[in-house]
Amino acid sequence: MAKHRGRGIASINYPIGMNLGGDPSQALVHSNPSGKFTVSLSSIDLGQGMKSVTRQICAETLGVPVEDVYVDTADSDTGPHCMGSFASRGTHRVGNAVMAAAKEARGVMMEAAAEELEVNAADLDTDGRGNIHVKGAPHRSISTKDVAIAAQFKQGKTISGRGIFLVPLSEVNPETGEMSPATCYAHACLVAEVEVDDETGEVAMMRMDSAYELGRALNPRLVEQQLVGGAWMGISHALFETPEPYYPDPAHGPRDFVEYLMPGPGDICPHDIAVLERPAADGPFGAKGPGEMCANPVLPAVANAIFNAVGVRMDELPITPEKVLRAIKAQGGARPQARR
Amino acid sequence: MTKTPLQFRHNGRDVALFVDGGVNLLVALRELIGDMTPKFGCGQGGCGACSVLIDGELHLSCLTLAETVNGRSIETLDGMKDGPNLHPLQRAFMEQFAAQCGYCTPGMLMAAKALLDRNPSPTRADVIEAISGNICRCTGYEPIINAVLAAATSGRARA
Repeated sequence: MAKHRGRGIASINYPIGMNLGGDPSQALVHSNPSGKFTVSLSSIDLGQGMKSVTRQICAETLGVPVEDVYVDTADSDTGPHCMGSFASRGTHRVGNAVMAAAKEARGVMMEAAAEELEVNAADLDTDGRGNIHVKGAPHRSISTKDVAIAAQFKQGKTISGRGIFLVPLSEVNPETGEMSPATCYAHACLVAEVEVDDETGEVAMMRMDSAYELGRALNPRLVEQQLVGGAWMGISHALFETPEPYYPDPAHGPRDFVEYLMPGPGDICPHDIAVLERPAADGPFGAKGPGEMCANPVLPAVANAIFNAVGVRMDELPITPEKVLRAIKAQGGARPQARR
Repeated sequence: MTKTPLQFRHNGRDVALFVDGGVNLLVALRELIGDMTPKFGCGQGGCGACSVLIDGELHLSCLTLAETVNGRSIETLDGMKDGPNLHPLQRAFMEQFAAQCGYCTPGMLMAAKALLDRNPSPTRADVIEAISGNICRCTGYEPIINAVLAAATSGRARA
């Protein structure tokens, strides 16, 4: 009886968004008289950072400080329509809608500034710090706040913009069933190292090394956070979580956190992550999204690592100690494979 | 039903209220006092979201009968910051990106505070043990562990 080390690798492609109904999302951007901007969305931020990223995208497109942008995702009854926060689509789909809305709002803002400065709007630029100036003549400038006040109280203009992102519907080829469900794909590769106890069937995570290609990382800290947390969920799906009963009677299914197991802080392992950026042609500032793909490569990599460690092919999730032990017994003992 | 009078300190302030028999501390804090920082997760001690300190010790408020804290001192996340100044643990959680959806965060912070109050220089293993009763669905625990270790380091630097 012994513990065996094994290493497994997996590579994945992950589609961003989906094809259903064109997968649209809308955004509205408007300024108030203080020169601050509000982005109205129905896209929900449930911790993944949607508000932070759309705020950055809006500020960058408008050419104003990020502090001057507020993102309101308050109510899907009253906000502009969004398909939802799923399919790893938030940054890409909603980001594109916000970009379009901010672009339109910027156009109105520049026209209003041009009227105040008595110049052509095409000759104006933003400095990203809350001012609009004549290109090549930074002293001829006006603050976005003063522009907003003039638009509201003098010119009678709303500095606002509408945006929608809609994917061209991909028809299904009736001969082959072929279609394009997504306009861009993120990619990942992950190497997992495990230790399998051939006496108990337990699998311990020892280390993970991964590379993720997700377009441009608009907020690197949020991307890292997503990849670290998502890999944990991958471990959980690979080795722990299941709503199904361990035995045929449904009464043996997990009912609470005592039985529905997930890895705790003592079950995690060192994880080295490389983020590769290849901007997507149709992404907001090149972004795709790290969403769900962060969990996916862990499962096949762990299954391959278990094969490498003890020579059993596990094809049912989660890979519980009992399943590993039965498989090892069925093949007459652990058969460690060659390490490469 | 007869109500029981109850007095305790809540984040340094005396409170007096009447509770029904069988009411747990989590309900008393949230519904009777209005302190929404302890969260209801599972209601059976499996997730740690309702963690509070009773006389400095970490307890699960969902499994604590409200009547048993008479005369004792309760600390919740609501009392962690000092005026406008965040506690070093709260700052470290922000700087280390140790929260995503945030639902486990109050319980994690109380478990971490209980640890640092009795052991200002914990090892990584100490931190893991201290938060092992708290479930997090988003972060993968690594940023939380790093945040608690960072807060311990900054606490020692100030001392």
